[in-house]
This record gives sequence, structure tokens and C-alpha cells, in this order.
Amino acid sequence: MKKFMFVNRKAPYGTVYALESLEVVLITATFDQDVSLVFLDDGVYELVKGQQTKGIGIKNFSPSYRALEGYDVEKLYVDADSLAQRGLSEKDLLVPVEVLSGQQVAELMQQQDVVLSF
Amino acid sequence: MLHIVNQSPYQSSTLASCLRLLQPGHSLLLIEDAVYAADSAGSQQAALQQAAARAKVYALKPDVEARGLGQRVMENVTLIDYSGFVTLVAETSTSHSWL
Repeated sequence: MKKFMFVNRKAPYGTVYALESLEVVLITATFDQDVSLVFLDDGVYELVKGQQTKGIGIKNFSPSYRALEGYDVEKLYVDADSLAQRGLSEKDLLVPVEVLSGQQVAELMQQQDVVLSF
Repeated sequence: MLHIVNQSPYQSSTLASCLRLLQPGHSLLLIEDAVYAADSAGSQQAALQQAAARAKVYALKPDVEARGLGQRVMENVTLIDYSGFVTLVAETSTSHSWL
């Protein structure tokens, strides 16, 4: 088993990165790997509650983050500064996460075998 | 003059450049990831407040709702739908879609 970290830095619908990351996360979890997700910068917007995408004709994939637990993906980390800069707090997010400082994110990143950026 | 911006203010300098050129009487329409600029709690809020004092600021409602910002948009930003977008472009002599 290898340690995989997915670094999510993009808002959910303006580009396809967030959705692509989620797909690769699920694939990686299927192969019984140790998966961590980090949400940095605009990536924190992926987890914001209350997304309603009917008007833009794109599937709302945010409920999938709640399903990650079923794939034993439970290591979700959010960068504290990215949240604060956007006026967000943990209660605005749709899944339980661990809020970390930049220093803590860096330490976690260093412990991985593979780091993939989206 | 209508300025249309689609980039997140946290990820690119597009909105900042647009705001630097935004003149009194101009209109600004935020679409796609640029709607994050209109979040009343975000740190980009002050720059947009200044813009709203001299120009009319709009945000595309379907993009606002998709991003879960429905209840968080600044008061002086007007939400419009797709037909409002078309009307705005049709009514304005020059549009600039910033990239």
C-alpha cells in the first residue's frame, strides 16, 4: 500500500479539475491505497454546502464528498488560511474535515509516496 | 461599456485588472468562478464594494447558486439570469469578456 495525497486547489465548476480529482480519488481508494485529500486555495469551495447546479446544467457532484467515507477515504484536510481568506468556517462545509495550518499541510505532504495536484 | 469577468479573484488577477479600468457608468458582470468576488464574507469584498460605488455590478444567478453562494452575495450586487445577461449585452454598445 502506498500513501497518496490529492491536492485540490480549484473551485468546483469553472474548470473540470475538481470533478477529475474526485474520480481519481475513488479509483485509488478502490485499489485499497492510503488516500488523503487536501483542500487548498479555491479548492475549499469544492466542499461548500448548498450547491445548486440546476441553473448551469452541470451535475452537482458535491454530495459525492459525503460518500467518500464509504470507500474508507476519511482523511480530509482543509487549509485554515484558505478558509479564512474566503470568509468560510468549518460549519460552511458539507463533510467533517480536519483544519490544518500551512505548516501541518507541508508536513503531511512530505510523508506521502505520491502527491497529485488538481 | 460592459465588463464580463469569469475568473476567481483568488486565483487570477483578471478581476483586479478589470476593476482598475472600470469607469463610472460602466457595468461589470461576474460569471462562473468570478462570482466568488461577490461573497460578502470573503476578503475580496472590499474591492468590489468600491467598484459598486461607481459602477453597476451584476452576478449571474445560476453561477451563484451552483457555488452555494445564494445567501452570501453582497447587497449591492444585482443577480441576473441568462435572459438578463442577453439583455445587458444587447443594451450595451461595447462588451469586453476579460480572459
